[in-house]
Amino acid sequence: MAKVFFTSNLRRHVDCATAEAEGATVGEVLARIFATQERLGFYVLDEQGRLRKHMMVLIDGGRVKDRDKLTDPVAASSEIYVMQALSGG
Amino acid sequence: MAQYVMVSTRKGLFEVKKRSKGWEIASADFLGDNVTLSLHDPRDGATYAALNHGHFGIKLHRRDRGGKWQEIACPKYPAKPEGLNDLDGWGKPVDWSTQLIWALETGGRDEPGMLWAGTMPGGLFRSRDRGDSWDLIRSLWDMPDRNKWLGGGADIPGIHSICVDPRSSKTVRVAVSCGGVWTTHDGGKSWEQNAHGMHFDQGPEGVADNPHTQDPHMMVQCAAKPDRFWVQHHCGIYRSADNARSWQEVKASPSSFGFGVVVHPKDPDTAWFVPGIKDEKRIPVAGALVVTRTRDGGKSFKALKKGLPQQHAYDVVFRHGLALDRTGKRLAMGSTTGNLWVSENQGDSWSKVSSTLPQVYAVRWA
Repeated sequence: MAKVFFTSNLRRHVDCATAEAEGATVGEVLARIFATQERLGFYVLDEQGRLRKHMMVLIDGGRVKDRDKLTDPVAASSEIYVMQALSGG
Repeated sequence: MAQYVMVSTRKGLFEVKKRSKGWEIASADFLGDNVTLSLHDPRDGATYAALNHGHFGIKLHRRDRGGKWQEIACPKYPAKPEGLNDLDGWGKPVDWSTQLIWALETGGRDEPGMLWAGTMPGGLFRSRDRGDSWDLIRSLWDMPDRNKWLGGGADIPGIHSICVDPRSSKTVRVAVSCGGVWTTHDGGKSWEQNAHGMHFDQGPEGVADNPHTQDPHMMVQCAAKPDRFWVQHHCGIYRSADNARSWQEVKASPSSFGFGVVVHPKDPDTAWFVPGIKDEKRIPVAGALVVTRTRDGGKSFKALKKGLPQQHAYDVVFRHGLALDRTGKRLAMGSTTGNLWVSENQGDSWSKVSSTLPQVYAVRWA
């Protein structure tokens, strides 16, 4: 299962412990986590399921490429970091 | 209960109350966060705060009477239909995503729990359960004329003014930058354009006076004489005496440019504005901040300046930055440079509450 870490800045607004979930793409992994944490999901993705403009996701150290549909592939051993971009403050 | 002022700023929501020494900041909530608008609902005592987190998007919070703040549902756009070529008046694709809650009002007295929210990119939302869920008003959003709307001060269109008619809660008027004024008489099932008479200073005939692209910065309705309206428009001040069916321009000095307007709840001839230099500069005329007040329906205006800075003042008062209380006596005004004033005599004189607040987006009496 891929492991997902959330920026500590999110914790001021919503619970977001490090989580593990299955999925072939980063979108599938996040969808499994957000299915039970809907409020957290809306802090990371907009209502169309796209990564918010000033959010950033790293997959094994690499920047996510598909910000709209989150189709980037992930492995069972992948580490996914949900972070803030430096823009948007 | 004594009235107080809610001040929405770039870095938090502040409550300003009258104490023995005068008006003071009594509390601060959401410190560090971008609070763009608030609302107090006199029907049930609840208070609402709209936030715009730079990274985490638009959020809405409610505090029930005597309770704590809790996050509630946010107006959300439905999925954009596949293949729909939804363009704004500039020809740019419309993003079906809430970018800002730009207007927040209660429904009528006979509609407990009902709220209205105006947003960028132009959607009007209604909640029937105190913000626990929201519905996009599809009749307005799906209207072909919506594709004529333009961005104004922002890049995208938005609804900033919502007037629920005190004679019938089914009649609601909204003002759009830039999309004119839209009225429903059937609770949001159908809409008609009501910006006839407004015009831009420049532009070819047929464009300058096209109601569908007018830029009313703010619209208010007189509670006791609800056929009377005022609009601070991008190109001047307008009044209507026929339920917004027609608008007439009036001129104010030192300027007719501004963002906000408030009208006396009982006297429709009395209204207040905050003038600035039109249009690219948007600073007070000659660096002197004044509020203009008419008491005769716009025939004449008095510039009120006692207690306001008259030298090197570059305060801009945004469209929701000026508020009048329900008695029609007290005004509150907050500026982009973090100044906050209260007047208890209809603007004749002003007391400075703070000069060190964050940028003020909105003030409201609760």
